[in-house]
This record gives sequence, C-alpha cells and structure tokens, in this order.
Amino acid sequence: MADQNALFEFLLRMGDNSLILGHRVSEWCGHAPVLEEDIALANTALDLIGQTQMWLGLAGEVEGKGRTADDLAFLRDAWDFRNLLLCELPNGDFGRTLMRQFLYDAWSSIMLARLIGSSDPRVAEIAAKASKEVAYHVERSGDTVVGLGDGTEESHQRMQAALDYLWPYVGEMFDGDAVDTAMVKAGIAPDPASLREEYDALVGRVLTQATLTNPTDTFHHKGGRTGYMHTEHLGHLLTSMQWLQRAYPGATW
Amino acid sequence: MYAQLVKTAGTGVKTRAEMSDEERNFQDRIDRDEKIEPKDWMPDDYRATLIRQIGQHAHSEIVGQLPEGNWITRAPTLERKAILLAKVQDEAGHGLYLYCAAETLGVTRDELTEELLSGRMKYSSIFNYPTLNWADIGAVGWLVDGAAIMNQVPLQRTSYGPYSRAMIRICKEESFHQRQGYDIMMKMAQGTDAQRKMAQNALNRFWYPSLMMFGPSDKDSVHSAQSLAWKIKIDTNDELRQKFVDQTVPQAKYLGLTIPDEHLKWNEERGAHDFSEPDWSEFFNVIKGKGPCNIDRMKDRVAAWEDGAWVRDGLLAHARKKSAARTAAE
Repeated sequence: MADQNALFEFLLRMGDNSLILGHRVSEWCGHAPVLEEDIALANTALDLIGQTQMWLGLAGEVEGKGRTADDLAFLRDAWDFRNLLLCELPNGDFGRTLMRQFLYDAWSSIMLARLIGSSDPRVAEIAAKASKEVAYHVERSGDTVVGLGDGTEESHQRMQAALDYLWPYVGEMFDGDAVDTAMVKAGIAPDPASLREEYDALVGRVLTQATLTNPTDTFHHKGGRTGYMHTEHLGHLLTSMQWLQRAYPGATW
Repeated sequence: MYAQLVKTAGTGVKTRAEMSDEERNFQDRIDRDEKIEPKDWMPDDYRATLIRQIGQHAHSEIVGQLPEGNWITRAPTLERKAILLAKVQDEAGHGLYLYCAAETLGVTRDELTEELLSGRMKYSSIFNYPTLNWADIGAVGWLVDGAAIMNQVPLQRTSYGPYSRAMIRICKEESFHQRQGYDIMMKMAQGTDAQRKMAQNALNRFWYPSLMMFGPSDKDSVHSAQSLAWKIKIDTNDELRQKFVDQTVPQAKYLGLTIPDEHLKWNEERGAHDFSEPDWSEFFNVIKGKGPCNIDRMKDRVAAWEDGAWVRDGLLAHARKKSAARTAAE
C-alpha cells in the first residue's frame, strides 16, 4: 500500500492546481474581449472547479480526518496549498491568461494521460474524466496562442511578453521530490521529469506556429507544489475565495 | 422583463382601411398565429421595434453577467461556485442566441454593441442594482430570473420565428436558474441568524426593482397596443406584474421572509394580491443612468470591449492570413 501521506500530498497538488487556476479564470466573468471568449472562459473555469471537487474529495478521503473538498479549499492557509506557482499568477491581459492556460493545459493533458494508467483506480478514474475536458482545453488555448501570436504586430508582442513573463514558472512542473518518488514506487503517478520531453515537443510545436520565440533560459521559480514559498498573490486570492466560510464558520450554504 | 420601455416604431395601430395590401396580408398572418421568418415581407416599423426589443434583451443578458460575476470569486462552496459559473455561462449563451436572432433582421452584433456602449440602447434596469451579500445571488435567481421567466414564457409564442425559437431555448435554462436561486434562499432562510438576515436584506433590496422589471403601467400606451397587435408583446406589463406578485408571495411565506410592503394583502374579490407600486421616479432615474451601478456597469463593458480590441484584431488578422495561405495553395 502506498504511503498515504504522500498520496494525500500528491492529490492536493492536483486539486490545488485546478482550484487556483479555475478561480483565476473565473475572475474574467463578464469582462472578456468577445462573447464567445466569455463563454469559453466560464466553461474552462467550470471544468477546473469540477476537477477540484474530485481531486480534493479524494484527498480528504485518503487523509481520513473527515475533511471534505470544501474544507480543504476554504479552510487552509496559503502555506498548505500545493499548486504550481504558475496557477496563482494574476491574469494580466487576455494574452497572458491564455498563454498561462496553454502552458498549464499542455502539462495537464500529458499528466492526465499518464494517470489514466495509475495503479490506484480512484486516481485513474478521475484522470479519465478530466482528460476528456483537458483535451478540449489544450486545443482551444493552443489555437488561441497561435491566432494571437501570428495575428497583428501588437498581438504578437503581447503574446511574446506573456510567454517571457510566464516561462520561469514552467520548470516547476517537472521538479520531483520524495512525494513523487513514493508515487512512482507505488505506480500511482509518473516521475514529473519524465513528462518534459513530450511537453517541450507539444509546446514547441504550438509556439513555432504562433511565430513566438521560446525562451532559452532554464532558470525557474519554485515553491508552489511543495508549499515552501508561494507568491504574494496567493494570499489575496484566498482572502476573497475563503471569505464567507471564514466570516461565518459552521454555516451551511 | 429584460426589455423595458421599448419604444414601438410607427404612429400606432392602423385600421384595416389605413393599411396597404402588404400590411393587411402581414397582419392576417399574425392573426392566424403564423410565424414571420427573416425573408418574409414585414413592415419597417415591425423590424425596427424587434431590433430594439431583441437588442435590449441581449444587452441585458450581457450586462447581467456582472452582478452575478461579482460573487463567483466569493461563492461559499465549490458546488455553489460551479453552479454560478454554469449559470453565468448560460446568460452569455442567451446573449449569443439573441444577437443571432437580431442579426436575421439585418443588424450586426458589433453594431448593436456600439449602440449599447454609446448609451443609445439600454439594458434592463435591474442590473444597475448591486449584489451585496451572498443571498443576493439567491434573490437574483428567485426574483429577477422569476420575473424574466414571467415575461419570456409568453414570448415563446411571439410572432417572429427566430425570436420565438430563441425564447423556447432560453426559458428551459431560466427555469433551472430560478430553481437554483430559490435553493440558495432556502439554505439561507433555514440557516444561521446571520444567513436569515442576509436573505431578508436581499429581499428588501430586490423586491421593488424586480417589480420595475415589467416596466411602468402600459394602459395608456399607444406603442404598447401596436406591439400587442403585432404579437411582439403578448401580455401587458400590469398583467405580468400581478402574476409575478401572486406567484412570489407564497414562496416568500414558505421561506419565512417578509415582503417589504405593508399594503400587500390578498383581495378576495379580485382573486389577486393588492400591492404597492414601486417608486417610478427611481425607475426613471435608473433608466436615465442614475441607478446605483449604471456608471460602473458601463465602465466595465466599455473596458472589456476596448481592452479586447487587440484580441479581436489579432484573431481576425490570423484568420485572414490562414485563408490567404489556403487560397494561394489552391
């Protein structure tokens, strides 16, 4: 049997990614550049929140302390969150939001495809459901990155700026630690580093089509997936997201 | 209703003798409950009135995303957040069907958007009120969507085919929205003291603005008579408002909430509730731009449109490059 603490950590990482990114995307509601994009952004956020319910629900079950997905989402402080730093970065302009989405979707689509073969049937089941949604997300975010990268001079510049800003947050996806070692050993999840080649190929293909220059700097920020050091932005996000649960403890909504 | 004070084009209802042959033939089709389709002949005033009405309805769906979006990031549970996202996504979808229905009358979505952003076209007064506590999201579903349904159910039978078909689809989703709103109100009403206070506070603020959604009394309106004759409008504002009050009073009672109207009482003789009129001077102020949120709502919509210009231009430029490349390859 797998190390339950490690499995709990792993599930938090999955669930917190979709929770925090879903929250960020939902901030767009009613403010997108065109109606179809408002619909698509709401739809993406909705899928991500649905995935959160599954990952954090299972995390609570594995932890065995009676915490629900809502307890985990609304009653933890920043240091207990395990999402990638990329997911918590502010939306910026529409270009940055879509670039962030694409860089995440590309990783997520590869990760979920691997998790379908997980030795833990509960993990495999969530991955199978989520990967159907993410296949659509990555197609859409990839197409938009291409359209805007290869659009006007202004849209090209904005997309390049978005990529340059976000790129230092990509590397964290492929960092491994003792939690990952335990997951690999139990056959539950792949070694994060093993996703890199496929990721670079997918992202490289889209960025080339988008006429964008892939940054070559290999430096990357870290601290999200371990919880060691988040950005200052996460605390503000949690302040609004958790407000009602914190202000009125014990209420049923 | 999402379209209020829609000024009917023309000079009022013509007698049969005053109508041209085409107009008589058109009116006969409407009287036989035939649907008018985009390529059919129609009076210019019928077309102009429909564009105003459908456009205003579409704009209301779009601006209506804002007061609800105000709580998406603060929804208290994952499930509530997901439901609210799905609902707001539906509203944007309604806007899309309605703009498409308007396009069949010869006006583009961009033209209608320009009219909204320049203030020449309106959206429903209700969306100029703020959402201040979580129960407001329940009240919006229960009362605002409830009032909208009251008007939109009859509009499924409206004479213009594309509008009628859009309304059929929209009504299905709206009744789900109303149920989720009432469900939030139930949870709040059965919850803690603070939650009950939120629920009552939301009802206090949304009651009269919801009654205003049907527009002022139209008994003296020549315009209304023409829209009724064309079956662009099916019931009068007062009929719909009465129906809404009669439906809502027992629902409020079930929740244990008090409707903020000391004159509200059952009138045995009429078989309906007597109730106080909303403050119509407030209504006309809101329509003129002096509601609590008019400036912020328009600022948000203008910013979304202007900040998004580079995105629309970029995607269009890319689509042109792709199609040029395809043509060159052929």
